[in-house]
Amino acid sequence: MELLVAAGIGILTMVGIYLVLRAHTFPVILGLTFLSYAVNVFLFAMGRLTIDRPPVITPDAVAYTDPLPQALVLTAIVISFGMTALIVVLALRGFLETGSDSAHLDAPRTDKGDAS
Amino acid sequence: MTAAFLVLALRHHLRRQRIVSLAATFMMLGLAAFLFAHACDGTVRAYQLGNWPAPFGITLVLDRLSAAMLLLTAFLAACVAIYVAGGVDGRGRHFHPLFQFQLMGINGAFLTGDVFNLFVFFEVMLIASYGLMLHGGGPGRLKAGFQYVAINLVLSVVFLVAVGLIYAVTGTLSMADLAVKVPQVEPADAALLKTGALLLFLVFATKAALVPLHWWLPATYAGTSAPSAALFMIMTKVGAYAIIRVYGLVFGAGAGPLAFAAAPFVVPAALATLVLGAVGLVGSRTLRDLSAFAVIASMGTLLISLGLFDVAGLSAGLYYLVHSTLAGAALFLIAGIVLEQRGAASDRLISAPAMGGETLLAGLFFLAAIALVGLPPLSGFIGKVMILEAVRTSAIWAWIWFAILGASLLMTFGFARAGSVLFWGSGPVSEPKPLPALPGLAAVVLLIGATVAWTLAAGPAAGVLGLTAQQALDPDAYIRAVIPPAVQFAGEP
Repeated sequence: MELLVAAGIGILTMVGIYLVLRAHTFPVILGLTFLSYAVNVFLFAMGRLTIDRPPVITPDAVAYTDPLPQALVLTAIVISFGMTALIVVLALRGFLETGSDSAHLDAPRTDKGDAS
Repeated sequence: MTAAFLVLALRHHLRRQRIVSLAATFMMLGLAAFLFAHACDGTVRAYQLGNWPAPFGITLVLDRLSAAMLLLTAFLAACVAIYVAGGVDGRGRHFHPLFQFQLMGINGAFLTGDVFNLFVFFEVMLIASYGLMLHGGGPGRLKAGFQYVAINLVLSVVFLVAVGLIYAVTGTLSMADLAVKVPQVEPADAALLKTGALLLFLVFATKAALVPLHWWLPATYAGTSAPSAALFMIMTKVGAYAIIRVYGLVFGAGAGPLAFAAAPFVVPAALATLVLGAVGLVGSRTLRDLSAFAVIASMGTLLISLGLFDVAGLSAGLYYLVHSTLAGAALFLIAGIVLEQRGAASDRLISAPAMGGETLLAGLFFLAAIALVGLPPLSGFIGKVMILEAVRTSAIWAWIWFAILGASLLMTFGFARAGSVLFWGSGPVSEPKPLPALPGLAAVVLLIGATVAWTLAAGPAAGVLGLTAQQALDPDAYIRAVIPPAVQFAGEP
């Protein structure tokens, strides 16, 4: 299972970084989403991988998974969700106002003739 | 420490009116001054949120360093709020709530004693800053905003990875607890922890605009509105503060094999930052670009002295930090006024019809430029002399002297060129221009006045900041305050 989780995080990160490096807004957004998934899984794994155990500490529990990463992931999900929504709106506004989805500051604008 | 919590709680009572915002900001100024006076007795105060014992709950910590940063933030915020009241806030909606949210994030980041909580406050600060950055719109600003948001999202991911790595190795996220646990880490895990520490440094260095992680700053700061940029001055300082906090406390002198994991990188990168800032300043074509590069150069100077991680360097750095925040914010606000006044010529460095109130503006620009470059007699000079003194212990001090003095020369040149084009090279007046709005001028005068006052107060300030630096580099008091010895835990699963 360790191998599976590690490979999963690795692939998600790889895809994310590749997409973020594209110079258009939509792939960048997808890439950021992939990166945030990767980091969420990574945070889970950081509390050691344990299966079928409750994340609650009670006197009679024989074993439990670490509850803290779950709290961290919950916060991280909320934040990254909000951020993603924001950046989607931002990209959309940018596209509507400039007519191009290029992420470059100095990219030629489509309404001036040459599309980027 | 309850008062510090009140500073945070206040944020939620905001209405959109200017008056409430101004009143809240001034109230915050008063509270910050109160907290600073409180912290000046040298004890570290900790407030356990929800009364959870320290390593489990979230802690807010007030010591000299965070109190000083709070006071600086509050003062800057008050000046920006005055400036904004001149009408900039009408340019788009929700300026004031965003402004206050950003202040909450910044204050929280200064007060928190927990690495993950630092992340959360970073996000609060950033989300608000996105809004502020885009305030008043325009396509160019949208593009710059997209880059800014994307970079910060990637940074958040890196931050989380760093937090995850540190948690995996030490099993804790409270900074005080980390300071206890880090020296006890098994040698086998040290590499993992070091990776975490360096990734964390990467995040803070990007916030602090350290080369090669500075590239987002000119586009962002030059793209946004003047008051936002002036407020963002404190955001680069949050990066610097986080470096001091985390590296003074967690990965400080007592951290064994991990002591000062980032130290080898800081000074060379800071030198590069300084030189690049100065060169960019000479090459910039608008006043806002110029201001942004001046910020980069000042961050370079600041991080050189912080990079020494000793008391002399840190206290010199803190003096310079306060100075560069005030002077940089003044410069951005001046750029904002110039932008308003020049109409079509905007703030490009070309000659244009003279502005209303030009003599006054030129004088203010001159003062801000002197302060930022570090010519006598203003505080930039004293700050730079203190830094030059402090780096004498460094092995490469000759290089540092050369870089700081050379960059100052370049910056003098850049500012002189900009000033002469803007104010002396103005063409004939086509029609009488109205004077700049009073609140804007008042804010600039206030900031410059504060710089002058800071110069006059150099002696006592250096004493206080020396104590602050000592306290920041001494983890023991901090740990004792956050985790009382009676409940200190030996270890956790």
